Amino acid sequence: MIGVLALLAGLVAGLLLQPTAPTWLEPYLPIAIVAALDAVFGATRAGLEGIFDDRVFVVSFISNVLVAALIVFLGDKLGVGTQLSTAVVVVLGIRIFSNAAAIRRHFFKA
Amino acid sequence: MPPPFDGTSSKHDQPTVKRLRETKPLRVVGLLLLALLGFALAASVHSQRSVSQLAAARPDDLVRILDDLDSRAGRLRAQITDLERTKQQLAGSGSDAAALSEARKRTQDLGILAGTIAAQGPGIELTITDPQLTVAADVFVDVIEELRDAGAETIELAGVRLGATSWVADASGGLSVDGHPVTSPYSIRAIGDPATMEKALEIPGGIVDTVQARAGAAIRIKRATTVTVKSLRALPSAGYPGPTHS
Repeated sequence: MIGVLALLAGLVAGLLLQPTAPTWLEPYLPIAIVAALDAVFGATRAGLEGIFDDRVFVVSFISNVLVAALIVFLGDKLGVGTQLSTAVVVVLGIRIFSNAAAIRRHFFKA
Repeated sequence: MPPPFDGTSSKHDQPTVKRLRETKPLRVVGLLLLALLGFALAASVHSQRSVSQLAAARPDDLVRILDDLDSRAGRLRAQITDLERTKQQLAGSGSDAAALSEARKRTQDLGILAGTIAAQGPGIELTITDPQLTVAADVFVDVIEELRDAGAETIELAGVRLGATSWVADASGGLSVDGHPVTSPYSIRAIGDPATMEKALEIPGGIVDTVQARAGAAIRIKRATTVTVKSLRALPSAGYPGPTHS
């Protein structure tokens, strides 16, 4: 619950301030956000299963974001940036879906 | 993810942070990360909507976009050329010349109808011989009206061009057409559809029958592919009426 509030607070602040991401960050921001969402969904699932750990969440969040950004960075240097971003998004999307399925099972027993 | 913009977001969860600080510092970090995620989401959505997308695009994407724009510009340039040509046709020689030739054609048509211009075209020539003066002016009026009904656009009676105000009257030794004395044989030339006019004159009880019923009179009709009428009428100048400007 507190986590949801924090997320909402960040959203509201972002909407109010209308920030523009720095140019060097712009290609990585969408991928980083997807990676962070993956971590958030994983944490939600862990919380519902009673095995949530703050340390695991923080480490997985940061490492997810860094690895995703690194992959995209490498892809850009190798000239396959678009394809690698797609790959990262696909993999993370699958993980998000499986986590969302686990959360759904926990709530609806179905 | 360097956190350059989370100073404001942490302000929002100040009470939460205070309550949890003693228990677990890592939870605070996690909450800060969540707030940062929300902030980044908003920023990303915002920058996705703004125009500066190109600055972040990859080189090959930029090349593709440039190609698209180039081909689009080419298409638009071709369109401009086409439209310019159309505009010149309409504005320059085109419409002026068209209007002028239209006006000339109209002048000619009106002149032919009014009888101020010599005319030629397909039509009929008919000759009425009346040595005993038994064909009176009313028969000629009938002839003229029959020809007009049949679509005659130009009629000449015994060398006199007929117009809207023409009249025929009996005179000593012949007829008076618009004041000109004429005598038999009378030749009438009419320009119009030859077949229609011929049929109109030949209907039973019509002009041909009427003329042939008169003693000594005869009528002869001849179709012609080209009838030339050179006689002209003076255009009466309008005394009282003028055109309205409405």
